[in-house]
Amino acid sequence: MALLTPRPLQHPFTLTQIRGLRLGQLVKVSGRVYTARDRVHKYLFDGGKCPVDLEDGAIYHCGPVATRKEGGWEILAAGPTTSIREEAYAPKLIEQYGLRVILGKGGMGPRTEEACARSGCVYLQTIGGAGPMLAAHVARVHGVYFLKEFGMAEAMWELELKDFPAIVAIDAGGRSLYRRIQQASRRVLRRLIEREEPFEAVRSGDADP
Amino acid sequence: MTGRPQWEDSLFELIRRTSVDLPGDVEEALRRALAREEKDARARWFLEGILANVEHARRTDTPLCQDTGALLFRFHVPVGFDTNALSAATRAAVARATRLGYLRQNTVDSVSGAVYQTNVAHGSPVFCFEQGARDTVDVRLIMKGGGSENMGAQYSLPCADPGAERNLEGVRRCVLDAVTRAQGNGCAPGVVGVCIGGDRASGHEHAKEQFLRRMDDRSRVKALARLEQRILRDATRLGIGPMGMGGIATLLGVKIGALSRLPASFFVTVSYMCWAFRRRGVLLGRNGGVQRWLY
Repeated sequence: MALLTPRPLQHPFTLTQIRGLRLGQLVKVSGRVYTARDRVHKYLFDGGKCPVDLEDGAIYHCGPVATRKEGGWEILAAGPTTSIREEAYAPKLIEQYGLRVILGKGGMGPRTEEACARSGCVYLQTIGGAGPMLAAHVARVHGVYFLKEFGMAEAMWELELKDFPAIVAIDAGGRSLYRRIQQASRRVLRRLIEREEPFEAVRSGDADP
Repeated sequence: MTGRPQWEDSLFELIRRTSVDLPGDVEEALRRALAREEKDARARWFLEGILANVEHARRTDTPLCQDTGALLFRFHVPVGFDTNALSAATRAAVARATRLGYLRQNTVDSVSGAVYQTNVAHGSPVFCFEQGARDTVDVRLIMKGGGSENMGAQYSLPCADPGAERNLEGVRRCVLDAVTRAQGNGCAPGVVGVCIGGDRASGHEHAKEQFLRRMDDRSRVKALARLEQRILRDATRLGIGPMGMGGIATLLGVKIGALSRLPASFFVTVSYMCWAFRRRGVLLGRNGGVQRWLY
């Protein structure tokens, strides 16, 4: 199936390329991305000066484990953090900075979906918790910003990715795989609660001898 | 307590092993989940990625998830044992594990926002001590990531949404409701620990205590054993799947315990554990040397 054949996605991302991605498409992301989680989002949202150029770029919701090595940094773990915490900030950042890609886990809410549709941005879900395996897709660390102010996990890391695995979970039309699955699961839950046999507290076999 | 350096070394090794490798029963549960997802290529893609990550972490001796989590220590010590010295040795082991990269700097001052260098702070790590008749010290460590912790829930029954009365059917509804609310955000497929009863604090504690149980065990209370199986089966139908991207592997396990309660209260507490279910244990002798690894 074409959706499950990973499609290469190289920074800088073009609008045409991003609009051409279908919901559920597997991708391999290469090139520059910047990590940003709660502190960086709040800082930029409040009008703080962005030290890098994010246009046609990607933000990754990630707080890596990094160690210093000769001449720079080594990333030991680089899995995603839960994205929904940035729902209040993301729409403004997408539009203000011209972001094309957000990488994270767990999906985003309706405001981010709308912003994706308006400015042509996609949200990619990567594998939550898979820190070291994903770190193997970090080819190098270009630099780090706000390390002293925000600490290792909350700093803005400038990473060079190589074939980083992800899946298109919100497309540039604002369609969301999460929404579909969430709505379907809620319907199943109603059925499991209202129409299924209730659990019997006592059954003859339960009594201990 | 004698031989402090050896205690610290053993506890450090416990932290290292917990951080870099899943217990065998959890990895086995992930492999079984993969085998069952034969028709869903997307769910398989996630589970294969997860399993590749587990192997990668083991091989490279690195934390298997970058959120090295809350450090929940549970000690079973001989009567009269010096627990102050034991917690001091544990704090030193945590600081060392942080310096060496087995733990992320993962502890934040809730007032100032400052990040602690060593993960040793008021409230971190979390200790629980119990005394017993044995001559050894039994140490269990669970590392629980923040994303999964955020998905925990507590219901006070009766509860109109999800229509839960004060009985085991009500418990089933609460747990399925919590799992549906969590979607993939707790890093599904996860394990839920549940406590029926207790108060608001002990409920959460007992729910988390369920994570000390092996994946393949069953509650000794037969009604609870049946309830665990029923909820696990129901959850496959929710369709949430790995990372909330669809599939039948929504939960790997359900573990339910119960505490007594007040007549006026009936709490159902659900704690969510991500697939990166890090749990290890060790028996330490009088001098702090390792006698046996658990799990």
